[in-house]
Amino acid sequence: MLDTMTQPTPTPAQTAPRLVLSNIRKVYPTVVANDNVNLEVAPGEIHAVLGENGAGKSTLMKIIYGVTRPSAGEMQWEGKTVTVESPAHARELGIGMVFQHFSLFETLTVVENVALALPGKPDLGELAQRIEEVSKRYGLPVDPRRHVHALSVGERQRVEIVRCLLQNPRLLIMDEPTSVLTPQAVRKLFETLRQLAAEGCSILYISHKLDEIKELCHSATVLRGGRVTGHCRPGEETPESMARLMIGKDLPVCEHGASHASDEVRLRLAGLSHATPDPFATDLRDIHLDVRAGEIVGIAGVSGNGQQELLRAISGEEPLAEKFPVQILGTEAGRMNPGQRRKLGMCFVPEERLGRGAVPTMSLADNAILTAAKSQHFVSGGFLAFSRARDFAQNCIQSFSVKCGGPPSPAKSLSGGNLQKFIMGREILQAPKLLVCAQPTWGVDVGAAAFIRQSIIDLRNRGCAVLVISEELDELFEICDRIAVIAKGRLSPVRPTAETSVEDIGVWMSGLWPGSDLAAQQSEQTGELAHAQA
Amino acid sequence: MDASLFTSMLFATVVAGTPLIIVSLGLLVNEKAGVLNLGAEGMMAMGAVAAFAVTHHSGNPWLGVLAGMGAGMAVSLIFGLLTLTLQANQVASGLALAIFGVGLSAFIGKPFESIALPAVPPIRIPFIADLPLIGEALYNQQALVYLSWAMFWAVVWFLYRSRAGLILRAVGESPASAHAIGHPVILIRYLAVLFGGAMAGIGGAFLSVFYTPMWVEGMVAGRGWIALALVVFATWRPLRVLVGAYLFGGVMITQLFIQGSGMQIDFPAQFLSSLPYWATIIVLVVISRNVNTIRLNSPMSLGKPFRAEG
Amino acid sequence: MLRLEPRAEASRLMSYLSPVLATLLTLVAGIAVFSALGKDPVEGLRLFLVSPVKDLYGVSELLLKATPLMLCAIGLAVGFRANVWNIGAEGQFMLGTVGATGVALYFQESDSSLVLPAMVLAGAAAGAAWAAVPALLKTKFNANEILVSLMLVYVAQLFVSWLVFGPWKDPDGFNFPQTAMFADHALLPILIEGTRLHAGFLMALAALVAGYAFMNRSYTGFKMRVAGEAAEAARYAGFSANRMIWIGLLTGGAAAGIAGMSEVAGPMGQLTDKVSLGYGFAAIIVAFVGRLNPFGILLASLLMALLYIGGEQVQQYMNLPSSISLVFQGLLLFFLLGSDVFIHYRLRFGRVTA
Repeated sequence: MLDTMTQPTPTPAQTAPRLVLSNIRKVYPTVVANDNVNLEVAPGEIHAVLGENGAGKSTLMKIIYGVTRPSAGEMQWEGKTVTVESPAHARELGIGMVFQHFSLFETLTVVENVALALPGKPDLGELAQRIEEVSKRYGLPVDPRRHVHALSVGERQRVEIVRCLLQNPRLLIMDEPTSVLTPQAVRKLFETLRQLAAEGCSILYISHKLDEIKELCHSATVLRGGRVTGHCRPGEETPESMARLMIGKDLPVCEHGASHASDEVRLRLAGLSHATPDPFATDLRDIHLDVRAGEIVGIAGVSGNGQQELLRAISGEEPLAEKFPVQILGTEAGRMNPGQRRKLGMCFVPEERLGRGAVPTMSLADNAILTAAKSQHFVSGGFLAFSRARDFAQNCIQSFSVKCGGPPSPAKSLSGGNLQKFIMGREILQAPKLLVCAQPTWGVDVGAAAFIRQSIIDLRNRGCAVLVISEELDELFEICDRIAVIAKGRLSPVRPTAETSVEDIGVWMSGLWPGSDLAAQQSEQTGELAHAQA
Repeated sequence: MDASLFTSMLFATVVAGTPLIIVSLGLLVNEKAGVLNLGAEGMMAMGAVAAFAVTHHSGNPWLGVLAGMGAGMAVSLIFGLLTLTLQANQVASGLALAIFGVGLSAFIGKPFESIALPAVPPIRIPFIADLPLIGEALYNQQALVYLSWAMFWAVVWFLYRSRAGLILRAVGESPASAHAIGHPVILIRYLAVLFGGAMAGIGGAFLSVFYTPMWVEGMVAGRGWIALALVVFATWRPLRVLVGAYLFGGVMITQLFIQGSGMQIDFPAQFLSSLPYWATIIVLVVISRNVNTIRLNSPMSLGKPFRAEG
Repeated sequence: MLRLEPRAEASRLMSYLSPVLATLLTLVAGIAVFSALGKDPVEGLRLFLVSPVKDLYGVSELLLKATPLMLCAIGLAVGFRANVWNIGAEGQFMLGTVGATGVALYFQESDSSLVLPAMVLAGAAAGAAWAAVPALLKTKFNANEILVSLMLVYVAQLFVSWLVFGPWKDPDGFNFPQTAMFADHALLPILIEGTRLHAGFLMALAALVAGYAFMNRSYTGFKMRVAGEAAEAARYAGFSANRMIWIGLLTGGAAAGIAGMSEVAGPMGQLTDKVSLGYGFAAIIVAFVGRLNPFGILLASLLMALLYIGGEQVQQYMNLPSSISLVFQGLLLFFLLGSDVFIHYRLRFGRVTA
């Protein structure tokens, strides 16, 4: 199946390198994404490419895989200089890639998806068999006949990996593969990757998660601002020392302080159930939750387990049929629209910044009007007072140190971190009594992330109730006072963060918390579970 | 209803449905690739006028059909250039094509008004044309009627049995993913647009050379738009295009038969003539009511531009 | 090799220059078309561009033609900004003529000064009612407003045809498909003696000002812009999508209805089955070429009016079908959509920039 030249030793640097990049440079109109990048990967080596968001990791991988072409530089593949013309060409050479945002087609079946990436005209029946073989061999259970839209995120990733493996790659690129997995699933993935490496396949592992890299990778190349800032052997480093290489200084730490939770419930979900007719969505089932003034409650979970639907039900973007399930500051708000809920004192930061939290083409001043028009009195007699919106935006830019060209700059000209700071600022400056935010630091650089987390904590310290929904467990453990897990549209019990651990929450993320249906099922028949869970 | 009336109504229904089938199948493939071309009316008008002109000059209706096809492709290429290469909005570009095609066809067609072409004789399929009731209606038809059936099977085979069809559907669902695994998205979309143009051109040719062998400004009379609605009605499935087209053909023919029968019902002719348009609206309402049928069946990237970074 | 490179920011300058570029390209295409037809291109362009405006009367005719275009286009622009694709202005225009004509014929004998305002209201209401059909079907049943509003154009045409061939046919009209001529008090006052330019032009200008205030200054206009730019953001902010659809379609319908009224109560003085020369469709082009901006619409409607009159001129003097103006209208929109690429991209030579 795989390359015959097996290289089981974990230190495989003696042989000729499989991939050498020399002085790779990639220029976009606004940024230099890669600047003289050099990289060398040996056969059977698991090589980490480490860097912050925006450091140029993804661009570099796209160049190797032929999705984009470098502006300058040279790539050598197994000793020969090559120009990778296209992904198909890359696959011919023996390079496979598993994308961070999967490149699967939802309405097609698994086997059709795989066929699309293979050359020639594979017979679908025979292909299904090969898929099953490979998935068995590497412990990646996949049913080739199912439609992709019916699969969990974890299953989709397995489809992507199997699709790559069917082409016998000698280099596998994994772009942030663990962001969609439970801690237990991460461990399984690592086993698969180690097995592959032992069989001689090189792996380029892109991540910003330092402990994972330390656990898995033989060597690492660190990128910052498009340049290589260092090489290291992760096994010999500490996460702190790698962080310094990655961001050029020590990791910022948030000042958390003790919780001052009062008894006042600001958000109550009282048996929130919502069945969406949308076949691609998750139904919410009987969710109970209280968020009180002065505390931060976190909801963890693997993406696609109902987070989106829960957020829309709370924000009012998807109003409910009944009033009582969502209570905001004592008002039954289930049927209210987002504007009415905002009037009650709730602010909301959605996970997509561009296109939902902000209108890409509009100025920051106009984007201030988006949610602050009523609370900040930008409207009089039906007409807008643009100068007030400008002042508010200016204030927001200053107080949250948003790097931009001022209130007239369009939202899409800001970097992810700065736009997130602006949106956070816009909501926080309206002095909310309840703040709901989704993925507050997703795709944000370390500095901005720390700033954002600190402002959430400060807001709590001023007596605001905060609900944070995030897929980053570490983040939730850093800022939350209490934590719960959402899985398959159900919410686990809420535990004080101090009384639980990443391990426990990780188990809960597969739906197995004390008293859950799944846990009950499991005690009856343990074997069936692998198929049912994410 | 007596037997001969049934046969002649069935015959007329099949004829009236044929241009809709041809055009809708083209648009279906077009939309399966994720491209929404609202210019069908213009492409049909161009096909109709080109086919008429060439048939008139050459005396050969088949050259006319080829010319209609070519004209449809030529104007669809403008649409492709705008939306695929120059990233223009698909809705606006489609509207532009509709306006332009109708205008240009009126301009080109001016000298041909009030000329009639000789009728093209139907092709009789031996034996089955002698079947009672349906034989004369279905198997003593214009060649393009048979072509529409052949195209139906060809499109079904292409979309669901061929690798190229699989790739086309993948492009329509997620051009970014298709690009990432190395399929030439823009090229595939160009081909789909050209196919849509070719079919719309043939549909137009059928109108001006076979159906009513003459050229009148505005003779397409909204059939391009109805064909677009049919694709929605069919929830992007070829078999339903076929059924829907004949349903529409039936509505058109029924109102014509009532008008022509001299039945003295107290109902103005104009209201009868507006029935196909009302039928289109009703059909759209019925099928769109369930948001999920649309969401599940429509190509996910429909109408959205795609540009490969690089 | 030429290639397109994305700009870091959309170019404001190009968004204003693009209509100018499109106009120039249409001119070039015009020269090519005339040459290809074996006509003198200079003479052709003179007929299109110069002779329509060579005297005051010509200018007044230009403004007269621009009036319905302006009215329809500003109404459409309100909807287009919110991605509400009303392309049935032609049908709404015709319903407007029907509403206004109904009032005019009913009060044929009255000489009240309230007849004209009543006709404006009736025209606006009838146009809005016609546009309410796609709005209702879109908001209640999710039916595509493009197709529904367009189907209703054909229905409206047949409806007008039924009226003028049937119940409203002028008994003294020698069986022509037209109504009786309106009484004087049902006709819009003439603005300049000796021309046909009427008070409808002032209504159109007022509509442009109102459109500016609504789209660029009001909170609701802002909401509609958000809905057009990013539907998810509008939903997040709590702006009701259904309300946008209703406002967009009703505004467009009412404006087109008033345009229809100003045609029957202006230059026509009666309702006939050829009441519209495709103003509702041409207005789509005007709205786009005018960048959905009231001042732009003013300029674009003058340009389109020029194309209309030019078409009549070349028919008269060059023996070419007047539908040549439709060809130029379509070309203008094509060129505009093509030129718009430079708002977001710039042209570069060579394969790679370093």
